[in-house]
Amino acid sequence: MSKSLQLVCPAGTPAALEAAVEAGADVVYLGFRDETNARNFPGLNFSRTELKDAIAYAHSKNVEIYVAINTFPEAGRLDPWHEAVDDAHMLGADAVILADMGLLDYAKNTHPDLRLHLSVQASASNPESIGFYHQAFGVKRVVLPRVLSFDQIRTLIRKIPVETEVFAFGGMCVMAEGRCSLSSYVTGCSPNMNGVCSPASHVKYQQIGPDLVSKLGDFTINAFADGEAAGYPTLCKGRFQAAGKTSYLFEEPTSLNVSGNLAELADAGVTALKIEGRQRGKAYVAEVVSSFRKAVDGLESGMGFDGTPLEDLSEGGRDTLGAFHKSWR
Amino acid sequence: MMTNNNTHPSLLTLGPVQYNWPAHQRRDFYFRMADEAPLDVVYLGENVCSKRTPFFDPFIPEIAERLQAAGKQVVFSTLALVMDQREQDSLRDVCQMDNVLVEANDVSALSLLDGRPHIVGPFVNIYNEGSARYVAGHGAKVIVFNNELPQTSINAMTGKVSDCEFEVQVFGRLPLAISARCYHARAHGLHKDGCQYVCAQDSDGMDVETLEDQEFLGVNGTQTQSHSLCDLSAEIQAMQDGGVTRFRLWPQWVDMVTVATLYRKLLDGAMDTRDVRQQLQTIAGFAPFANGFFHQQPGANLVIQ
Repeated sequence: MSKSLQLVCPAGTPAALEAAVEAGADVVYLGFRDETNARNFPGLNFSRTELKDAIAYAHSKNVEIYVAINTFPEAGRLDPWHEAVDDAHMLGADAVILADMGLLDYAKNTHPDLRLHLSVQASASNPESIGFYHQAFGVKRVVLPRVLSFDQIRTLIRKIPVETEVFAFGGMCVMAEGRCSLSSYVTGCSPNMNGVCSPASHVKYQQIGPDLVSKLGDFTINAFADGEAAGYPTLCKGRFQAAGKTSYLFEEPTSLNVSGNLAELADAGVTALKIEGRQRGKAYVAEVVSSFRKAVDGLESGMGFDGTPLEDLSEGGRDTLGAFHKSWR
Repeated sequence: MMTNNNTHPSLLTLGPVQYNWPAHQRRDFYFRMADEAPLDVVYLGENVCSKRTPFFDPFIPEIAERLQAAGKQVVFSTLALVMDQREQDSLRDVCQMDNVLVEANDVSALSLLDGRPHIVGPFVNIYNEGSARYVAGHGAKVIVFNNELPQTSINAMTGKVSDCEFEVQVFGRLPLAISARCYHARAHGLHKDGCQYVCAQDSDGMDVETLEDQEFLGVNGTQTQSHSLCDLSAEIQAMQDGGVTRFRLWPQWVDMVTVATLYRKLLDGAMDTRDVRQQLQTIAGFAPFANGFFHQQPGANLVIQ
C-alpha cells in the first residue's frame, strides 16, 4: 500500500463544513450560492465571505478546500462563472473543480497557479479524454464517472498522468454525468445549465385512491401504498412500465457505498474518495465522514474496519456498488 | 416567402441511426436516402452501443459510395460513451483515416482529431462561446448543439465563433441520456453482456410509460430518449435569421424521404410551417411533437406561437 486514501467531503453550509472537519475530512468541497455549481439548491452553499472564513478555519485544521464551479456557463453570460473562478483563486482555495472546456481554458490562462480538477460532470471515462484535459488545461486530478468498474479503474490509472478521485458514498447517477437532459425534459431545469436535477420546486405529492403518488412536473415518478415509505421523485429512480412490466427501470432508490471495498480502490492506485451530499445536513455529514475516517485509518493500520455499515443513511435504506461491479450492467 | 440573411445556404443533414435496425434494413434505408432524399449531409456510424457495430460496419463503404455518388457529403459519427479498450482502439482507427470527415461525440475523439477539420457532435458539451471558440481553434468546423440549449444560447453563440458553423437537431426523438447500463436488456431481465440484442425489437425505441399509463420516454439500449418527437419546423426561420446554417433530422422508422422533402421546402421558403406540421403529423403520428427546449421550457412541452 502506498499513500493513504484522501477523504474529500461535502459541505453545503458552514455548519456542515465544521462537522466534516471535526469528523476527519482531509478536504472539504463546496460551491458558491448560485448556478455556478451542480448543487444549486435553495438555502445551500457559500457566500464569498463564508468561503473566506471557511478557508481560514479549514487551513487552521490542516484541511484543504476545493470549490466546485462545475456547471456549464450560460452562453452570452460567462461573467458569473469567470468571477467564481477569480474569487476562489483570490480567497485561497486549494483547487477548483471544473467541467466546461471554455472555463478550464479561462482558468488556465488567467490563473496559471490555480490547481484545476476535472469534475465528474465532464464525463471523462477513458485515458484519451483524461489525457486531453491534462494536456490542454493542466488538470491535475480527475473525478471519475460512476460508470467504471474496479477493473476498468485499475487499468485506467496505469494509463493517465493525473490523480483520480472516485465516488465512495451517497447519491448515484445511473446515467453518464454531464450527459443527461432527463431533468430538463421534464422540468426545464438541468444539472448542466442550472445545477439541479429533479428540483423540489417541480415535485408534487398527491393522494390518489389508496396510493400516495409522487410527481415531477407533469409526470408520475412513483406511487406508494399506505405504509410504504415515500421516497423523493428523482427521475431515474422511479417506477415505470416497459416491456410489459412495472419496475425500477433505471435504478432502485439506492445509495452508492464502497466502504467494504476500500482496499481494492487503494490497491488500484486511487488518490481520493469523494463523499456525495452537499445538500445533506451536518449530522449526516458527521456520521458518514467519521465512519469513512475509521475505515480509511483501519485500512492503513491493517486493523480492518468494524464501523457502522451506514445503511440507515442510505437512500431507501439500501446500498449498491453500482458500476464498480460489472454485473450492475 | 422567407428571407435568409445568411451568407451560407441552409444545409439539411441526417444524423446517424440511433436504433439497432437490422443491418440489411439499415443499408436499404440509406440507399433510399441516397437516391431519393433531398439531404446535403448524411452521418453514418454508431453513437449508442459498440456491440452493434460488427453487424453494420461491413455495409458502410458501399453506403458511403452511394451517398457520395448522389452528391451527399458523408460524415463518420463516433460513439458517445467510450470506455473499454476495444472501443478506444476502434475510435483511434476511425480518427486516423485519411479523407474521412469525423463527428466527435466524446472528448477522446476531440483529442485524436486535434488540428484536423472535424465536427463536434451533440454528445460533447459545448454550451457557450468560450468552449465553442476553444474547439473551433483546434479544428472544429461545425458544432452540433446539445438538444437542451434554448434559442437564447443558440443566438449567443452563432456568429461569435469565426470559421465555424452550427447545427440544430430539428426532427426526431431526442437523445436525453447515455449510460454504461443497458435498460433494454434490464427491462427484459438480461445483463448487458448477454443482452441477446433485444434492442433490435423496437425500431423507434422501447416505450416507457408512467404508472398512470402516460407515455413518457423511449429506451434505446444504453440510451434514453424522449417519447415525443422534436419538431422545430415552426422555428426554422428564426434559426436561419439567427445564423444557424445546418438542420439535423434524426432517422425514425417512418417515411424519412418525405420528412426530408418537407424540411427542404421549409428551408427554401417554399412551404408554410403549418402545412409542414400537418403533413408531419400524418407521417409520424406515433408520438406527439415537442419543441420545449428551444423555448426554454420543459423539453416535453409543445409551444405553439
